[in-house]
Amino acid sequence: MRLKKIKKYRKKDYMGLVYIAPWLIGFLLLQLYPFLSSLYYSFTDYQFFNDPSWIGIQNYKKLFTTDPEFYNSLKVTIVYTLYTVPGKLIMALFIAVLLNQNLKHIGVIRTIYYLPSLFSGSVAVAILWKLLFMDEGTINSLLTSIHLPKVQWLGTTSTALVTICLLEIWQFGSSMVMFLAALKQVPVSLYEAASLDGAGAVKKFFHITIPQISPIIFFNIIMQSITALQNFTSSFVVTGGGPNKGTYVLGMKLYTDAFTYFKMGYASATSWVIFGMILVITLLLFRFSSGKVYYEDGGDF
Amino acid sequence: MRKIKKNKVLIYLIIALVGVLMIYPILWMFLAAFKTNSEIFGSVKLLPGSWSFDAFVNGWKGTGRYSFGKFFLNTFAIVVPTTLLTVVSCMIVAYGFARFNFPGKKLLFGILIATLMLPNTVIIIPRYTLFNKFGWLNTYLPFYIPALLACYPFFIFMLMQFMRGIPRELDESAYMDGCGTLRTFISILLPLLKPALFSAGLFQFLWTYNDFFNSLIYINSVEKYPISLALRSAIDAEANVQWGQIMAMAFISVLPLMILFFVAQKYFVEGVATSGLKG
Repeated sequence: MRLKKIKKYRKKDYMGLVYIAPWLIGFLLLQLYPFLSSLYYSFTDYQFFNDPSWIGIQNYKKLFTTDPEFYNSLKVTIVYTLYTVPGKLIMALFIAVLLNQNLKHIGVIRTIYYLPSLFSGSVAVAILWKLLFMDEGTINSLLTSIHLPKVQWLGTTSTALVTICLLEIWQFGSSMVMFLAALKQVPVSLYEAASLDGAGAVKKFFHITIPQISPIIFFNIIMQSITALQNFTSSFVVTGGGPNKGTYVLGMKLYTDAFTYFKMGYASATSWVIFGMILVITLLLFRFSSGKVYYEDGGDF
Repeated sequence: MRKIKKNKVLIYLIIALVGVLMIYPILWMFLAAFKTNSEIFGSVKLLPGSWSFDAFVNGWKGTGRYSFGKFFLNTFAIVVPTTLLTVVSCMIVAYGFARFNFPGKKLLFGILIATLMLPNTVIIIPRYTLFNKFGWLNTYLPFYIPALLACYPFFIFMLMQFMRGIPRELDESAYMDGCGTLRTFISILLPLLKPALFSAGLFQFLWTYNDFFNSLIYINSVEKYPISLALRSAIDAEANVQWGQIMAMAFISVLPLMILFFVAQKYFVEGVATSGLKG
């Protein structure tokens, strides 16, 4: 009887492998194989129409020493990330804290704030952005009407970068909804105890709110950084990488090298630089956060 | 007490002000569809001079051989099967991970979690050459096959978490009663999973609908263009761009997302708040 039971379970358990089979094939064929191939390609001269031939670290050497575009793209990508990630999260946290004050009509307000997040990566909205920020566009007309000087938003390298960052920051709604849900979980008793001890609103925010929701902030910083480092659509559609390559992010360099010039090996090296940055940032954030991020359950998965 | 009231007024004021900034571009996009180029540029007026739907009609006709109707159908031909395949495949894989103790499960689950962090950038070039070898370029297979093979670890993870919340006793007892594992899943778990499946489907729909990079590299004949590519080539094609028409088509292209959002808001907000999906 007992034997039979064990046998039965064993058979059932092997069924698990059947169920995960699609993922296993997908992982091997469409994730692991491309992952290893792109590492291999990055050490080859691979022009798409001929087979890759091994050239050692030449691609990386070229990137870091002779390619004039690379450092510019690297800088632009880092600046873009440093603007958008904190910008987005500070806005999201600020509005979430305001919305957490037992306001009426919270549903409607949340809807309005979430709406722009529906269009992340959308070409339609990127085109809208381009139109709004043109020299004669509505933003400049509005500035003129309140007697402020016009800004050449898409005309100079620094303002063009700011313009595409604004598009990203505008879509802070999804982070806000996450923060709002996290804020609702913070025990009211903590605030009450702090009030009795005479803590003000600012002190409560930094000593209770921030530590309590730190896991979700941390999660957001990592996910947003990964997205920001790979940005492509807004640079491509709104500014075309210009002016003067001022918004020519690494994602766009990769696209141009790989799919315009078909330098697959060289572009793969760029993709590994992006991957390396993501890896370093993730590890640094994990390292930095250990002991600083508060987990209710001690952090076990 | 007075101070608290004053604070509330201030909060409402800030929220209203930022709220206007959030909604203004979308509203402007809709109203720009009724404007002429001269109204769009150099004017602060939000409302158009006249309300004519010409831009919608002319924009819909498109410029080349294909109308926007065609591009819409193409978009849905990409998005709908991709979404359905993703939900079905991820649901089955999540079931396998959540309910079975097969050998090597720990390792495989670790790999699944690691792929959550795997950036698209680093696998896109070999995927492109692979799909080229298969002869899949300029077809929709590069969208369907990764969905069929559950290459979206985020949804697997999300559905797994949801399944863990359902008591094991429910399916164990069905299994003891002689139901096969598949029948147990379909008759016991599936009905309970519906809200989570709906959330996953919504987000996959949204992401595939907005996706631009994959369409850009995999699709190259105008006949197969989704809206994103059609819009993008419309602003490049002519020197004298009719912005009213472009904005009309841009607005129509985001309209399905807005309708979906208003209809299924509950699932959106729950999806974001509980599992960290982002829009």
